[in-house]
Amino acid sequence: MKKKAMSLGLCVAMAATALVGCGDNGSTASTESVETSGELTWRIGGIGPTTGSAAQYGQGVQNAIQIAVDEINEAGGINGYQISFNFQDDEADAQKSVNAYNTLKDWGMQILEGTVTSGACAAVSAETYNDRIFQLTPSASSTSVTEGHDNTFQICFSDPNQGTVSADYIADNALGTKIGIIYDSSDPYSSGVYQNFATEAANVGLEIVATEAFTADNKTDFSTQLQKCKDAGADLLFLPFYYQEGSVVLTQANQMGYEPTMFGVDGFDGLLGVKDFDVSLAEGVYLLTPFAADAEDEATQSFVSKYEEQFGGTPNQFAADAYDGVYILKEALEASNLTPAASNEEICDALITAIQNVTYNGLTGENMTWNAAGEVSKDPKAVIIQDGGYVSVQ
Amino acid sequence: MGFLTYLINGMSLGSVYALIALGYTMVYGIAKMLNFAHGDVIMIGAYLVFMCMSNAGMPAIVSIGIAIVCCTAIGIIIEKIAYKPLRRATNLAVLITAIGVSYFLQNMALLIFGSNPVSFTSVVKWQGIELADGQLKITGNAIVTIVTCLVIMFALMWFVKNTKPGQAMRAVSEDKDAAVLMGINVNATISLTFAIGSGLAAIAGALLCSAYPSLNPYTGSMPGIKAFTAAVFGGIGSIPGALIGGLLLGVIEILAKAYISSQLADAIVFAVLIIVLLVKPTGILGKQIKEKV
Repeated sequence: MKKKAMSLGLCVAMAATALVGCGDNGSTASTESVETSGELTWRIGGIGPTTGSAAQYGQGVQNAIQIAVDEINEAGGINGYQISFNFQDDEADAQKSVNAYNTLKDWGMQILEGTVTSGACAAVSAETYNDRIFQLTPSASSTSVTEGHDNTFQICFSDPNQGTVSADYIADNALGTKIGIIYDSSDPYSSGVYQNFATEAANVGLEIVATEAFTADNKTDFSTQLQKCKDAGADLLFLPFYYQEGSVVLTQANQMGYEPTMFGVDGFDGLLGVKDFDVSLAEGVYLLTPFAADAEDEATQSFVSKYEEQFGGTPNQFAADAYDGVYILKEALEASNLTPAASNEEICDALITAIQNVTYNGLTGENMTWNAAGEVSKDPKAVIIQDGGYVSVQ
Repeated sequence: MGFLTYLINGMSLGSVYALIALGYTMVYGIAKMLNFAHGDVIMIGAYLVFMCMSNAGMPAIVSIGIAIVCCTAIGIIIEKIAYKPLRRATNLAVLITAIGVSYFLQNMALLIFGSNPVSFTSVVKWQGIELADGQLKITGNAIVTIVTCLVIMFALMWFVKNTKPGQAMRAVSEDKDAAVLMGINVNATISLTFAIGSGLAAIAGALLCSAYPSLNPYTGSMPGIKAFTAAVFGGIGSIPGALIGGLLLGVIEILAKAYISSQLADAIVFAVLIIVLLVKPTGILGKQIKEKV
């Protein structure tokens, strides 16, 4: 009897944890928003890490898509049909991302807006390519996402773009003469940006004095990498990885008394949101973003205030990219004149043509267009962190 | 000078591994099971310290005290619910249960603390010392971790050797059935082992996150595996072995990063482990115990 009670208790506990993944998806956003039973709707799926180390991105994307979907549904939907939106967590893990994709396929997804991180996205885009489901990723910037997949498009600037722009920017503004690089060799995003940075750095005459790596399994201690950069005399550190490791690198550099110019890319967005992080350490850090939450224009203001009201906190560039994404889909769907009754293949083929003719003005850029390779014509902008906020430096 | 800096960084990292490895080795030495949830108890300990310090504004030493008490309780509860019913089951069943407990704790932490990483404020306020005109810097964290690790190791060795409960532990470790015949309460002894191991986990968590300040529900898993490696390296079941294994692992890792390749560091560490185990299968200080047939 006692054993039975105990195993029952364990079962309950297991069930509780199994539900954690769903229950924790950012505040109150339900995963399935407008489930109009039986009625024909656009079924748009989303995938991203709402838990795990890149959770700020997934939550931002989920919340922002929700805002855009609600706005569009309120205004009458797309081609007269409402949107159903279903978002699944993948913890930025390729395996879990494919599982999430299969869940969405069972749900009847017609278009995928995701996934959020490059590693997971590369795995999922292979699946959508085979299944002919149109995919628009808000933030997976690696070229491995779009390469060889005609159905995959990016809203964010790509890694080659980020690497090149960073090198040009550092050279043009003479931010540093001796460059040290630390990157995550186990991550396609980080190594992609690094490789393009290194190529462009050679072209523009930047001297790279140290190139150090870490891996996903070995990212608690950066003191050795920092020490090697310091010994090599690097006066600027190029750090193409995500904000969580970024906060550790900044803290450890500070403990060592090493103060080079720090230059991150879009992965550093979110740094100021790390709880209890000493933001004074981030002063003077450069990062790349197409979006500034304090921009004065009406669209940004309205989005930011809605986001703050519904979900709390300031949206980052990933959220803004995702918000734009829904409207880009809307524009392309309207141009192609489809209804949700169309098959996935029809929608996919129509959107591939339509999106290449769309010119979109959104939160993250003016006159965005897409080429057949799936890349957006949008340039990364550098910002510097000052007094706990972003300041444009163009 | 560079070499000395790397050596100190390596010892600092190694002493964190050693501190975690002490918990692994204690439990293995006495209960003969691998408690894979140990890394996650460390994470829980770190979160408790973080909450006491950041949310309740308590001083570091009080926070660690509270975390030790809570983790000890958690350790005992885990042992009672998950491991005790399996006392007579195969080792494999216990191992799988331990992995299950590990996932359970991670997901519980996700539910309670959320997935966003937090930045852990160091429990050590002391900046450390500078030698050779500031060329060589030893952080306060590194010194405190190494000293704590040594103190705990000697305390544990003394405890196991000289006290009644310690003697009971050694007896249980050697032969459970004979220990029962000698009037030793085996269940209480194993619970005590878990209590000590989990209490140590709280200290390890606080020091781990002080040195490497990013904390999320997965923080404990990788250092946990590294520390397990360190325990095997030094000879699992041996208390001084855990210290030696941890320090060696840390130093090899950092030197490999510094002088060979920062990408290959892990591969080199584990290659060294394989070589050591080929030469001495029981680890550096491990004893060969003959199985009675």
